[in-house]
Amino acid sequence: MGATNEPLADAATAFAFERPTPSAIVPPMERTEAELIAAAVRGDTASFEPLIQKYSPRVFATARRYARLEREVEDIVQEVWIKAFQKLDSYRGEAPFEHWLMRLAVRTCYDFLRAHQRNREAAFSEISDEEDQWLERFAAAPEDASEQAVAAKQLVAKVLEQMTPAGRLIITLLEIEERSIKEIAELTGWSVPLVKVRAFRARAEMKKILARMTRDKYL
Amino acid sequence: MKLEALQKKLLAAARADTPSDRVPLAFEKRVLAHLQQRPAIDPAALWARALWRAVIPCVAVSVILATVTFLPIGNSTAGAETPDLSQVFEQTLLASSAEQVQWEDYW
Repeated sequence: MGATNEPLADAATAFAFERPTPSAIVPPMERTEAELIAAAVRGDTASFEPLIQKYSPRVFATARRYARLEREVEDIVQEVWIKAFQKLDSYRGEAPFEHWLMRLAVRTCYDFLRAHQRNREAAFSEISDEEDQWLERFAAAPEDASEQAVAAKQLVAKVLEQMTPAGRLIITLLEIEERSIKEIAELTGWSVPLVKVRAFRARAEMKKILARMTRDKYL
Repeated sequence: MKLEALQKKLLAAARADTPSDRVPLAFEKRVLAHLQQRPAIDPAALWARALWRAVIPCVAVSVILATVTFLPIGNSTAGAETPDLSQVFEQTLLASSAEQVQWEDYW
């Protein structure tokens, strides 16, 4: 590491005549996660890179549950990593780093939902023809309407978009990702009774949105 | 239409739709560049920002105090002496020390 601060000529000379032993250079990928984190806490941003590479797929998958546009997803994930770097000294190493990071990711997604609440409500109010047809099929014969249909996926996305941030977060974690109440409490930082209350309200809210969506034609 | 069944069906559709975990090319470089660009915390800048933020509340408090001090407020009862604001203020400030002196005399 120190060689990078030397003048270029000196570094080249050192490389040519005094090759370091393999144990002297430890590539970032070969260092343990704890070592990388410790180095990043000291301000070494390069040590943070392997962590970003390793855990970004998981964070991206989480962010894509809450944001529709790819630009928004990237912003969320970037925000997660910046927060992670800034708060890294608060990570005590008692739980796996991934758990700590996912807590941060879920809370960042929740902040995003709260910040963009009004935009989403306005953008998603009308049902497309395909979704309308799927609802008609469901009304005629519920078993014939496939949940694999694109229209069903679009419809549920619209329902989730119209929900409150807390309701959407709970439905996503509890019903879609099928996490336990305790896990949700740990991820969100809410108490177990609060998660239960919000889950009850979220289901009711979702039903209310569905009722409003289908009222005109099918009820 | 049975809303309960519709809700279950739609949640099943959402479960079946697993989001992609694709990471954009060189995303980690972008994050690192952002981290390296962040300026170090400058205490002087923080102090200056705090001072600027305090300007409006300070001006507001000054205006209120000036108004209270210089404008005669409604209930000027005839014959009764208007309390001097400076004396009242001084008494209030020194009340605790006056009490302390009394206790010291007592002991």
